[in-house]
Amino acid sequence: MRFFEYEAKEIVRKGGIPTSKGGFATTSEEARARAEEVAGAVVVKSQVLTGGRMKAGGVQFADTPQAAATHSEAILALAINGHDPRGVLVDERVAVKQEYYAGVVWDGIRKQPVMLFSDMGGIDIEEVAEKHPDHVGRGHFSTIHPFSEFQAKQVIAAVGLSGSELNRLVPIVTRLAKLFLRFDMTLAEINPLAQLEDGSFVAVDAHMEMENEARPRQQALLSELGVGDEETRQAREPTEFELAGEAVDAQDHRGVAGNVTEFDGNLGLVIGAGGGSLTLFDAVRAHGGRPANYCEIGGNPSVAKACGLAKLVLSKPGVDKIAVMMSIVSNTRVDIVARGVIKACIELGHDPAEKIAIFRIPGAWEEEGFKILERYGIEYADRSVSLHEAARRAVEKIQGAAATPPASA
Amino acid sequence: MALFIDVEVDQAVASDASLAAKLAEVCPVDIFAQKADGTLQINDDRLDECVLCQLCMNAAPQGSVRVIKLYDGNAVLGPV
Amino acid sequence: MSILIDADTTFLVQGITGREAVNLVRECLDYGAGAKIVGGVTPGRKGRDIHGVPVFDTVAQAVEHHGATIDGSVVTVPPAFTKDAVFEAIENGVKLVVIVTERIPRGDVAQMVELARERGARIIGPNCLGIIVPDVIKMGGIGGPARDAAKSYTPGAVGVISRSGGMTTEMSSTLTAAGLGQSTAVSIGGDAIIGSSYAELMPLFESDQQTEAIVIYTEPGGRMEAELARWVTERNSRLPIVAFMAGRFMDEMPGMSFGHAGTIVEGKEDTASEKIARLAEAGIVVAEEISTIPELVRERIAVSSGSTAG
Ligand code: SF4
Repeated sequence: MRFFEYEAKEIVRKGGIPTSKGGFATTSEEARARAEEVAGAVVVKSQVLTGGRMKAGGVQFADTPQAAATHSEAILALAINGHDPRGVLVDERVAVKQEYYAGVVWDGIRKQPVMLFSDMGGIDIEEVAEKHPDHVGRGHFSTIHPFSEFQAKQVIAAVGLSGSELNRLVPIVTRLAKLFLRFDMTLAEINPLAQLEDGSFVAVDAHMEMENEARPRQQALLSELGVGDEETRQAREPTEFELAGEAVDAQDHRGVAGNVTEFDGNLGLVIGAGGGSLTLFDAVRAHGGRPANYCEIGGNPSVAKACGLAKLVLSKPGVDKIAVMMSIVSNTRVDIVARGVIKACIELGHDPAEKIAIFRIPGAWEEEGFKILERYGIEYADRSVSLHEAARRAVEKIQGAAATPPASA
Repeated sequence: MALFIDVEVDQAVASDASLAAKLAEVCPVDIFAQKADGTLQINDDRLDECVLCQLCMNAAPQGSVRVIKLYDGNAVLGPV
Repeated sequence: MSILIDADTTFLVQGITGREAVNLVRECLDYGAGAKIVGGVTPGRKGRDIHGVPVFDTVAQAVEHHGATIDGSVVTVPPAFTKDAVFEAIENGVKLVVIVTERIPRGDVAQMVELARERGARIIGPNCLGIIVPDVIKMGGIGGPARDAAKSYTPGAVGVISRSGGMTTEMSSTLTAAGLGQSTAVSIGGDAIIGSSYAELMPLFESDQQTEAIVIYTEPGGRMEAELARWVTERNSRLPIVAFMAGRFMDEMPGMSFGHAGTIVEGKEDTASEKIARLAEAGIVVAEEISTIPELVRERIAVSSGSTAG
């Protein structure tokens, strides 16, 4: 889960790292007040969870509170990459002597966090690492042994820093490493970390991401920041259809039937389990099909839940048929899912044999499931039909249906 | 209306409060409950959730509780 | 032979009284020669038994009751308690920990992995279904009830490693239908940090005489495939590898994760197309469909055994 810059800087402050002065505003009047508090030149920055705000005009400089208010007005009305800003951050314009970079990320191969430090701040660290590898210091650190300052010192010294810069930076990088673990971050970046003319250091911009799985135990921090449980902070905001999918999944605690993502195709998908869903979604597209949605069923959901998900997908405008497909199931039951999807068709007044393009779920309780499918005349397949072949049949059916000219013609 | 499953219970069992309580307890998907007077209530809207576990059949005298598969020519669920 | 476990492996189930754990115990006891589940742990439930397996409050009690070190543990406790359970297993001498639990924050997983490393133990998972040696033993829910697992898995020469539990069975079933059995199939888990990656399991398969080829299931997210490609290139492995990559559509949707937590793309190298390129460079063939895997495996086994003979 990604944080807005104004939240990220708050987290940095909580970690004991100084930041530039300033504050968050949602109206031009508030922005004026923030600028007055700063009492000097400011920069007004759009608060969006997307990159490229500088290019889009979402960052403006202002010498007076009045100018800050005027710029905020424009920035607040400016969508960037389709994102409406949450507000603006009005920050003091600091006199920077030198820009640095400090960050911590996970290294999934070493299975430890890794500190990154560079004396070339203000630009993308991946670019620096590629073009100027000698300007990036790196160091892994333990998650079970206490962090020790020398680890930060080594990383900073690796790019050739010494003197008071080195000594002033060590506690900052140390605190960043500690807050990364303490707040369950997946990314904690200060860029630029600026050295001011007086020699002190402040975080001018910060980028923080927290692991979704850690949200329950980071409630204290999240509520202090005012982040609600309903804020998913995905790369794009959930659609109404997707929220309805979450409601289906939340109706009882047995199994999963949700994780819905909306697409604008005509073939509704009721597909299962993590890997199976990924494989099937690819397979439908590989055969020229246009999925109306992505979703996941697993963990042995109830009939009602499978039915709710199927109903949701069937009711989506533009959906002609649904394909019900999973990799071989061992926990989720074939007969229970069959009942759920058939019930959905019937309760919506459709003929299941017509609406269900194909049912391909082999595995637990398949004998019973296949009996149900036969009774309703639904095309089904067992494990001898591959996932790709099932997807191909579903696509063929829906394209055939779309291509068939009306009987009167 | 249930589409897939029906459950029949002999009158003698349905009116026996202790058997009704037992059925309500064993069914993992809450198809059985007890009325205010202790007799058995079958929750029609839960019938399709039946997982064919046979726990209800084992909890009552043999043959007195019958789980019927409407999708299988009204076949009665039998001991496997 | 097999890797990681065999007919003699003893193991525990931590969180044994949970609904899924009860099923898992039944399945493992019924499969193959019958797993040697020597105890279960659920704090506060000492004295009960689950399908004949005695329940204890602590791992130490289970070890004492067994009278010898216990080889492995299947951990099925809720995410908030998993780290402690895994620490408890490792500190009581368990050397192989299979973590079924999902939604564990990376910070906790990293701690478990680090402790395991210091104690010479190995972790499989989290968010995995475990390990199966066809017709011999299964440790975890992999393949489901014994009767179903027997339909999908047969003994043979192919090692299977998969980031998806369900796809481990789907791929093995496809191999089985084509007459290709499996030496051991390992569901390694779908999270961003896992105890054992492809490259970390390869040396075990490499030294297993029964194994002649490897099939892997992969997804976007993480650098595990790049690590495998590097391993293969540096080691000049005797084992041909056939890979299947799901989630190709995700390349068009940066910043979103689908399927498993670990599919979140955090850098350029994590995308499906980058991974396919990297695997191909290392000589690992990437199948377009699951159904083409058996033929690709058979061709490669023929080539590698031919070259050994020549
Ligand atoms: S068979 Fe099981 S699920 Fe069905 S009614 Fe009986 S107890 Fe309930």
